[in-house]
Amino acid sequence: MIFEYQIEGGDFTKAGSASSEVKKILRQLNLEPSLIKRIAVAMYEAEVNVVAHAYRGTMTVDIDTGRIFIAVKDEGPGIEDIEKAMTEGWSTANEKVREMGFGAGMGLPNIKKNADELKITSTPGTGTKVEITCFTRL
Amino acid sequence: MKIGEVARLINGKIVSGNLHSGKEVNHAFASDLMSDVLTLDSADILLITGLANMQTIRTAEMADISGIVFVRNKKPTKEMIDLAEESNIVLIESASSMFNVCGQLHHAGIKPLF
Ligand SMILES: Nc1ncnc2c1ncn2[C@@H]1O[C@H](COP(=O)(O)OP(=O)(O)O)[C@@H](O)[C@H]1O
Ligand SMILES: [Mg+2]
Repeated sequence: MIFEYQIEGGDFTKAGSASSEVKKILRQLNLEPSLIKRIAVAMYEAEVNVVAHAYRGTMTVDIDTGRIFIAVKDEGPGIEDIEKAMTEGWSTANEKVREMGFGAGMGLPNIKKNADELKITSTPGTGTKVEITCFTRL
Repeated sequence: MKIGEVARLINGKIVSGNLHSGKEVNHAFASDLMSDVLTLDSADILLITGLANMQTIRTAEMADISGIVFVRNKKPTKEMIDLAEESNIVLIESASSMFNVCGQLHHAGIKPLF
């Protein structure tokens, strides 16, 4: 099963609505609540990053027996130094993002913590792709 | 402790999720930083916060949080209340400070996560 959602950059009132839809689908699959939470937290931080740092994006969810795969792809400024961006506490977030309760440089490290596999690819000036995989049976 | 009891203890007002006020919460976490809240592994906890916006509710939804106490008279909007209802999250408004709410609930037996 493949699902796709649009994410609008800068629109904090709607940030999380894609993740919310996906979480509802995951709940119907009878997965472990702790696994659903790990996926929910990882995709939500990735969605918030598109809203906070990019112009627009898509969230594609591919559900298969054995694994849930989520790709969050955006058009945006991209990430110059991914290793640096993964460092806890490193952030370029503006005041508006911080007012929303984000911007502490904890999102990417937390995505890594919750995902079984994480792949980040980015082209500065073009955009970023964050790919999250969680296994349903280990 | 039942969430309804939490509201009574801190002189708070339940503004959403009244149906779920019988839900038990044993642990709480206090923060205005949603990224911090999202690092918690536990579910069914109470969040005490001074941050009242849509992302507070979304964070609670993603993190399986049962109830939110808004301190210092922060009022959730209609939109926030609707989203909380949809996600079965109890919202409590309180006039007290963060420190006061934490102190009262800790004293009454609500435990910290770590
Ligand atoms: N989708 C993205 N597009 C551009 N830059 C990003 C994106 N995601 C993350 N970044 C960069 O990586 C940094 C760290 O991200 P993160 O750990 O989520 O913390 P925060 O979002 O709180 O700043 C961001 O401040 C930003 O500079
Ligand atoms: Mg982030």
